[in-house]
Amino acid sequence: MTATAEAEPDTQQDSTSTNTCFARFINVQKSYDGEQLVVKGFDLDIRKGEFVTLLGPSGSGKTTCLMMMAGFETPTHGDILLKGAPINGLPPHKRGIGMVFQNYALFPHMTVAENLAFPLEVRHLSKAEIQRKVERALAMVRLEGFGDRRPAQLSGGQQQRVALARALVFEPELVLMDEPLGALDKNLREEMQYEIKRIHADLGVTMLYVTHDQTEALTMSDRIAVFNDGVVQQLASPETLYEAPENAFVAYFIGENNRLQGIVTEYSETVCQVQLDNGDRVLAKPVAVSGVGERTTLSLRPERVAIIRGESTGFDNRFSAEVREVTYLGDHLRTRLSVCGSDEFVIKTPNAADHAALRAGDVIDIGWTMQDCRALDA
Amino acid sequence: MSDSPSTPLTTADGVPLKVSLRRAVRQSKLKALLLVAPLLLFLIVAFLMPIGEMLWRSIDNPEVSSSLPRTVVALEQWDGESLPGEPVYAALAEDLKAGQKARSLGLLSSRLNYEMSGMRSAVMGTARRIELIEPPYREALIDINDAWGEIDTWRVIQRESSPYTLSYYLAAVDHQYSPSGDIVAVPDYLQIHGTLFWRTFWMSGVITFLTLLLGYPVAFLLANLPLRHSNLLMILVLLPFWTSLLVRTTTWIAILQSQGVLNDMMVALGVIADEARWQMIHNKTGTIIAMTHILLPFMILPLYSVMKTIPPSYMRAARSLGGRAFLSFRRVYFPLTLPGIAAGGILVFILSIGYYITPALVGGQSGRFITNYIAYHMQTSLNWGLAAAIASILLFVVIVFYLVFNRLVGVDKVKLG
Ligand SMILES: Nc1ncnc2c1ncn2[C@@H]1O[C@H](COP(=O)(O)OP(=O)(O)OP(=O)(O)O)[C@@H](O)[C@H]1O
Ligand SMILES: [Mg+2]
Repeated sequence: MTATAEAEPDTQQDSTSTNTCFARFINVQKSYDGEQLVVKGFDLDIRKGEFVTLLGPSGSGKTTCLMMMAGFETPTHGDILLKGAPINGLPPHKRGIGMVFQNYALFPHMTVAENLAFPLEVRHLSKAEIQRKVERALAMVRLEGFGDRRPAQLSGGQQQRVALARALVFEPELVLMDEPLGALDKNLREEMQYEIKRIHADLGVTMLYVTHDQTEALTMSDRIAVFNDGVVQQLASPETLYEAPENAFVAYFIGENNRLQGIVTEYSETVCQVQLDNGDRVLAKPVAVSGVGERTTLSLRPERVAIIRGESTGFDNRFSAEVREVTYLGDHLRTRLSVCGSDEFVIKTPNAADHAALRAGDVIDIGWTMQDCRALDA
Repeated sequence: MSDSPSTPLTTADGVPLKVSLRRAVRQSKLKALLLVAPLLLFLIVAFLMPIGEMLWRSIDNPEVSSSLPRTVVALEQWDGESLPGEPVYAALAEDLKAGQKARSLGLLSSRLNYEMSGMRSAVMGTARRIELIEPPYREALIDINDAWGEIDTWRVIQRESSPYTLSYYLAAVDHQYSPSGDIVAVPDYLQIHGTLFWRTFWMSGVITFLTLLLGYPVAFLLANLPLRHSNLLMILVLLPFWTSLLVRTTTWIAILQSQGVLNDMMVALGVIADEARWQMIHNKTGTIIAMTHILLPFMILPLYSVMKTIPPSYMRAARSLGGRAFLSFRRVYFPLTLPGIAAGGILVFILSIGYYITPALVGGQSGRFITNYIAYHMQTSLNWGLAAAIASILLFVVIVFYLVFNRLVGVDKVKLG
């Protein structure tokens, strides 16, 4: 453990335990050209010490939101609050927000130590204190002894660590990161995800993170704001997003997902029946439907579908399916089926010893519960 | 390391691999050479040969040795302490006779006149009467012109009998050989080149600084505006290249002269009195204004090419880390543009010290550059040796600047656009 971890023990907070609102977007809108809204009515509360991720497809306005928070873009409408005070008119250098850029933006003409010293020098700290803090920051990202190198003499992962250290060295309370790991390869990315989480836990800073990689968002965040088309589609913890997506976009965007389209034929508060386009009837949990006759998209996770052998009663829905394709993925098998009028129906089964091998052309029975099948918007 | 030189690699048909590789490389080299041959030839004829010729001319000294061959031989034995003996005078008389017949003494007389005034009339006057004289030649020649009775005259002839000379270079830096052979400064009233060299350098420095001052913000805009606007701006920057240099220079005359546009406007606006019109042309001011304008693109383009490679995230990072706008600029942006400043600076400076037309047209007496004196010696005084020596010094200065620049910045960093 590093010195910083000992200095501030146990600052990791359950996101639900504190409820002090640290940073807020209130109905923020942004247009670059005066014709099109890139961000429409964006609302977000970030609690102190929280790790919030903006997740969304390319061009959905994530960077724009981050830039408005950092002060490089001004909202066309709405307010951004930091610690309760609006910061719309505050220039970037007075906001005290740390920022990690996608391409790191390390100053190439300065050494690593000079890069880290920059935010401290502009704050007129004493030489000794600057040196102490720079060394501590280097230790935090495990780059002791790299202070005299130029950024060009570092690997991508090391540059990333320096960028992180530079954004943290002046102890900002809020750190923004715009796809900081986008340029790294998979292994390094996972290592850095862990590293960032560790630092977040050690320092207790609030982080607003942007990515379009859902795995990254799921593993790192306390809460995720799924962003599409300039609005937040759902803001929730990773579990909730995955288990209980509120609309078809979120279900589609997070994790793998089977989509079945149909019309609601029976409806109650807790259960509804949906007639699919091919005539099959499915029992589902109503989430975004409110009555009979509405069109809906059913969302069903591949791993929640079971293969039924012989008689089994635990399932609300049971269909006969034809195997189209089996992909061997080591720890599990991914099987594409033709069922309920869809040729793209996917199930995942664990690679257990007693499982009989499926082959294309086999006809099997599959089933799922009504709880796992969510009736969302069309 | 276990190379096995005993079994050299061969290609399929048994030719050693090295031989076959060399053959292939030679062929592609030959092709490349053929492609650049026309340009190479052109450069040799139109660029390298003239420079070589110029360097040669700046030290070439054929006049005395070719016009007075017998005298030169006879003077070899002379001690230089007292007047030479009769054989030397006899040799001179014979040389002058031959020269007068061949009408080839003009160059000799002006060459000797550079070294010692009065020599032109001494040589030409003696040559006209050379057919009439009889031995003893010593008395006869001294009788015609006193110069032949001076030891210094013979010292000059002896010194300049060498086929090479440094006297043009000495003249270029306002020095000369004294008759006794020492290097001394020319009298004050003749010292002109030193002033001109110095003026050329400091005014070029001022022009370089002004182009930097004016060009830096423009280059910044060019690199940072949205493409649509920056394209328009780039066209404006390049527009001057589409008009003749002469037109641009004469336009400045129309604007700056005392009855010109600017002065008229100032008088009309009541800023200055009619009698006190500004003198902005035919002096240093005119040269500086016109040349700053003309050389501006050569500063903007290298700056732009460097600024274009600086991503905006550097400044944003600096701002988000707490730097005020100016401080972020000074600590982060400006240092990153230094290669562009160096490239543009050296380019403008080198172009500027070699500029000729503009200072000649708008510089008057006081705003003239050393290049205008090179032209003067080429066209008016016809002292090509001196012109070549001044030009060679200029070339040398440029090379020194280039080497320093290459050492500090690296020429490979220079890009135009
Ligand atoms: N400076 C700008 N001027 C005009 N339009 C812009 C500007 N910056 C972004 N946009 C537009 O705003 C929209 C949102 O851009 P933004 O960069 O916020 O997306 P993003 O979610 O960060 O995407 P990505 O994941 O690809 O980075 C895009 O359609 C983009 O074209
Ligand atoms: Mg982005």
